Amino acid sequence: MSSRTPLEAGTRAVTASAGALTAATVAVSSRRAAGIRGTLVIAAVLTLAAIGGTFLLDPYRNFQLATAAAMFCAVAGLSMLIGHTGQLSLGHAALMASGGYGYALTANALTDAGAPGPVRFALALLAGVVIASILGLLLGLAAARLRGPYLAGLTLAVVVAIPAVTSVFSGVLGGDQGLQTALDPVPEVLSRLIALEQWQAWIAIAVAAVVVTALALVRRSALGLRMRAVRDDEVAAQLAGVPARRVKVTAFTLSAAAAGAGGALLCVVTQSVSPGAYTLSFSLLLLVAAVIGGLGSLGGAAIGSALIVLLPWLLGLASRELPLPADLEQRLAGNLTVLVFGALLIVVTLVWPGGLVALRRYLPRRAATVSPARTTTHTPTER
Amino acid sequence: MDRLLFLVATGLARGAVFALFALSLVLIWRAARIINFAQGAMALVATYVAFAVTGATGSYVAGLAAALVSGAAIGWLVERGVMRFAPHASPLSGVIVAIGLVMVLQSLLGIAFGPQYRPMAAPFDQTPIVVAGVPLLSPYDVFVLVVALAVMTALALLFRFTSLGLQLRASAFAPEVSRLLGVRVDRMVTAGWMLSAAVAALAALLLIPTELGLNPHSTDMLFVYAFTVAVVGGLDSPVGALSGGLVVGVFLTLVTGYLGSTVAPIGILVLLLAVLLLRPGGVFSLREARAA
Repeated sequence: MSSRTPLEAGTRAVTASAGALTAATVAVSSRRAAGIRGTLVIAAVLTLAAIGGTFLLDPYRNFQLATAAAMFCAVAGLSMLIGHTGQLSLGHAALMASGGYGYALTANALTDAGAPGPVRFALALLAGVVIASILGLLLGLAAARLRGPYLAGLTLAVVVAIPAVTSVFSGVLGGDQGLQTALDPVPEVLSRLIALEQWQAWIAIAVAAVVVTALALVRRSALGLRMRAVRDDEVAAQLAGVPARRVKVTAFTLSAAAAGAGGALLCVVTQSVSPGAYTLSFSLLLLVAAVIGGLGSLGGAAIGSALIVLLPWLLGLASRELPLPADLEQRLAGNLTVLVFGALLIVVTLVWPGGLVALRRYLPRRAATVSPARTTTHTPTER
Repeated sequence: MDRLLFLVATGLARGAVFALFALSLVLIWRAARIINFAQGAMALVATYVAFAVTGATGSYVAGLAAALVSGAAIGWLVERGVMRFAPHASPLSGVIVAIGLVMVLQSLLGIAFGPQYRPMAAPFDQTPIVVAGVPLLSPYDVFVLVVALAVMTALALLFRFTSLGLQLRASAFAPEVSRLLGVRVDRMVTAGWMLSAAVAALAALLLIPTELGLNPHSTDMLFVYAFTVAVVGGLDSPVGALSGGLVVGVFLTLVTGYLGSTVAPIGILVLLLAVLLLRPGGVFSLREARAA
């Protein structure tokens, strides 16, 4: 697009960005200790608040909360990938699916081997994350050579191949039916106190907390800085000594790991994983959540995940309340949500590129308390 | 051997459609530097219009004309109404807006027409003609090949020998200079979108009779295939789109014919990954094209 040569861009950018990068690195390392502690404290407070909140909800709401927490992992990973490295993936549903299948296969194998519940859960979750990371690494290696639209197309091809993969390997992956896993029951000690849905919400919140805190730490680390440098000007970043390709691959793999954890959690909550759950529409929904919340922002990812879990349910309630003919109601089911989300995606991108988190700019007296998150309201910019 | 010949022949006809659709992606890419992810959904809307017109008048030609006109109209509407306002700072925002359009158009089609497949009749016989004991192309395949090649030739002539074609090329390659020389670049971008959407509508209309039928998602795979064609052939060259289309078409029918139709998406994925990893510059294009 731009007419300047790489050399020109380089000489101009290298002075500017090398200086900025060094200064920023120094600033980061001096602020790092305090920053990490701050992030951990915030994470702990929010997690405890969320776990406390489950006591106020009925079982169905807790189920929705657990689903939203699972989505939160994947959306936060995707949002970091798009917002901080400028890599657009339409295929995070495939990464979630691989996490879910990894979880289900390992959990079932361990159940057969007679492993106790907590061990089974931890190992299966780990397997889900590892498998998603490996797939993410492979995709990331291809992705590091590509720019936005090409990567988007490649990941799109991955998502539409999910049903084909599950039916070709139906012996292991169970074909269209997918896999079922055993329930993770409420521990003895707690079983008088809380229902199953609440226990699942606890699991989901705890895992999401670990995943998202890790992402928050990555974001404010030197790696996070390098990711943004690569996003803003890859040539300049390389001239300043940033190994651009390695940064992109790492970012993609981390994002895939987060999505894998999300897929494993979804499998815990629903006790099943099947290709029908990970359609192209579902994958686009993750993108919608990331964009509406605000690309690159973890708070935005939380809002977006809540929205994609709650809005379909609310729209379903609303269309059932209205006196519509049965035929129309059937056609509205599902489609209405997609219509609203598609419209939101367009409107937010065109009118409000910062997403919902950009709203807080209009709130008085809050600027000081949210300053660490300010770097997160970037939309990806490129030459 | 007979089977191989039959599959290759069918693959060429299928590939011509992919090439046509990929060409429509190339047209928008050259006019606006956007890969239009909404192209499939836009073409589908035009195909529904054609389906309605053919149903009402009983004439395939009327439906074909309706598809072209409504395709161009949708291209105009999308460019003037939405895409024009996509922030140019990032190439990603154009893709994200296009994804939003896909969701809006497909859900509107779903609400209006429901999820069922509507079979579309082909204007010609679909049973293969037997040549020297070997079943080859069906009359419909021949029709598809002829139409696709005719449209591509017409586009090549348009770009090469007409004033409009020259202005289109000029505003795509050097918008500022063209503007100084009196080319109305905005209008040319819109013209590129209209032309492209009409070509995409034609490709979808040609493909759907050979598939299950008309459904709000029937062009999803077409887009993925055409995108693969564009990657194999290179987004900058119409010749690349044609040769890439034929390669992908033959590859797909061979995979489908020998390994089964469920394997086709995996085959495409493998092809895409192989091209991107081994020849990241594409087989027919310059390396710069990919980084733009």
